[in-house]
Amino acid sequence: MIKFSEEKLAEVNKIVARYPAGKQKSALLPVLHLAQETFGGWLSAETMDYVATLLQIQPVEVYEVATFYSMYNLKPVGKYMFEVCHTGPCMINGSDEIIQYIKSKLNIGAGETTADGLFSLKTVECLGACGYAPMMQLGKNYREHLTKEKVDAIIDECRKNAATNN
Amino acid sequence: MSKKLLLEKAHVEGIRGYDVYRREGGYRSVEKALKEMNPAAVVEEVKKSGLRGRGGAGFPCGMKWSFLAKVEGVPAHLVCNADESEPGTFKDRYLMEFLPHLLIEGLIVSSFALNSHDTYIYIRGEYAWIIDILETAIEEAKANGWLGKNILGSGFECNIHVHRGAGAYICGEETALLESLEGKRGNPRIKPPFPAVKGAWDRPTVVNNVETITAVVPIINMGGDEYAKIGVGKSTGTKLISACGNINKPGVYEMDMTITVEEFIYSDEYCGGIPNGKKLKACIPGGSSVPILPANLLLKTAKGEPRLMNYESLSDGGFISGSMMGSGGFIVLDEDQCVVRHTYTLARFYRHESCGQCSPCREGTGWMEKILKNIEDGKGKISDIDLLWDIQRRIEGNTICPLGDAAAWPVAAAIRHFRDEFEWHVLNPEEAKVRNYGLAHYADPIHVAV
Ligand SMILES: Cc1cc2nc3c(=O)[nH]c(=O)nc-3n(C[C@H](O)[C@H](O)[C@H](O)COP(=O)(O)O)c2cc1C
Ligand code: SF4
Ligand code: FES
Repeated sequence: MIKFSEEKLAEVNKIVARYPAGKQKSALLPVLHLAQETFGGWLSAETMDYVATLLQIQPVEVYEVATFYSMYNLKPVGKYMFEVCHTGPCMINGSDEIIQYIKSKLNIGAGETTADGLFSLKTVECLGACGYAPMMQLGKNYREHLTKEKVDAIIDECRKNAATNN
Repeated sequence: MSKKLLLEKAHVEGIRGYDVYRREGGYRSVEKALKEMNPAAVVEEVKKSGLRGRGGAGFPCGMKWSFLAKVEGVPAHLVCNADESEPGTFKDRYLMEFLPHLLIEGLIVSSFALNSHDTYIYIRGEYAWIIDILETAIEEAKANGWLGKNILGSGFECNIHVHRGAGAYICGEETALLESLEGKRGNPRIKPPFPAVKGAWDRPTVVNNVETITAVVPIINMGGDEYAKIGVGKSTGTKLISACGNINKPGVYEMDMTITVEEFIYSDEYCGGIPNGKKLKACIPGGSSVPILPANLLLKTAKGEPRLMNYESLSDGGFISGSMMGSGGFIVLDEDQCVVRHTYTLARFYRHESCGQCSPCREGTGWMEKILKNIEDGKGKISDIDLLWDIQRRIEGNTICPLGDAAAWPVAAAIRHFRDEFEWHVLNPEEAKVRNYGLAHYADPIHVAV
């Protein structure tokens, strides 16, 4: 059974305390982020049910929200997810070529994960970095002004990190 | 003119931290408001300033504040809209990333004016590292007595909370944002009731954009009348523009709203012209939702006057020959860009972001995307262009929230001004795969071949 550590539970309580008494459902989005980070990068039914219990709401209230927002993953994803923007301003600056390059380099399509579970590719809509295009989100940060060489370096960096962390 | 009220200190070393920010004159507006003014006087200064909401709609900020219902025993809330998801727009990110204390300062003064003891920043979930920057700034402000109970001995209490979204453009719409703040799907509410009467948790609520809130700082420091002297007409103060696309210097620029569009694109102080000696083809001057304009209509109004970077001038001519200031997301397209393809990516964006509550928006955005994709792929028919026109017309004005309009307008303007390019695409599918239509008659009349 999944469960937050004491430390994480304290964080949940801190989040809940931001909202008026009795309105703990307001904490749902941030707590789902925390759950996704903690329990393997995606939200399983078990994880969502656990969040429902924590916030004293119905499981369906959690499913409703988890399926609405694009940042919640409803199936397992790679350890490193490349979320490449392909909206107009990024398209003008070559995002389609970057996406194509990542596809051929990792041998996966958009929405897929490499066999070793290391990388996923996701095409996303404008992330507010249009002036620094092409770009992608990787974890908490943005990687901007992407070139093929930069993509190569990012893939190497991820492989290295994965090797040292295991 | 380049006039800096918000970004003046953006390049000062260490300005992100409290000590430098304070040393550079930060938090003076809080001292002034809490020690020398009462909430009504702060609202009055903002009214006098003529400040218009910077989130896209341009609604007068002081007037919005004065609509806030005062209900005995029911707390009111200020919610700062940092959802920033309109394609082409990245100015709020710049403010929060480099001047987090400016936003906190503005929020304290605005919360005082609105008597909001618990103020929320709703930030798009993808700006994850900026949340850390804001949290740090909030902690520093608290440690130095600017937040918490009895600020500066005034008896006023203010706490600021950061609420992280999770990827949904629609949550920038203020009622969807409030739903999301309450832990629900981002489905916009039917108005009325307006948030000023029933907002977050059914309490009176004001929603303001990040840039709007930061502008309150110079307004209180210099006085509303002085602020109103900057700019022209109803475009008072300074405006941030995030510029992107085919320009030499993409980035965030602050200006008073008196410069011409031509100067903005070509002067080295701003966009620095178009790379590789290419010509200007078109521009979306206020974020993806506003009408695209061909170069000739962009640089000059229908009356032949130079178009200025302000609310009135950008919308001069209505949708026939004008556009809008919108969110200040300025997207430039050079002669090599394909309007069909660009419009297709925007249609895809709106289909992806439609919350699905109203059928004209849910179905219409899907159809527009499909038809545009067909044309782009060389499988379109001439009648598809009329069909697109018909669909957008049936969406506009028939939905719960303005996302429907925002999806319709880019398609309408693209067909209105670039119909020949759409037809060329349909009639020459093979050629369209290997080359672009180019400029035709809508090229920039001023900057002909370099
Ligand atoms: C689909 C849609 C998306 C919007 N996105 C944003 C946004 O990201 N940021 C923002 O400040 N306003 C956005 N708005 C406008 C808000 O509804 C609201 O008018 C604004 O936050 C009010 O702040 P202001 O008066 O300070 O401009 C959006 C509106 C719509 C219809
Ligand atoms: S217009 Fe679109 S986004 Fe707005 S409420 Fe209707 S379906 Fe949702
Ligand atoms: S279009 Fe890609 S970040 Fe805005």
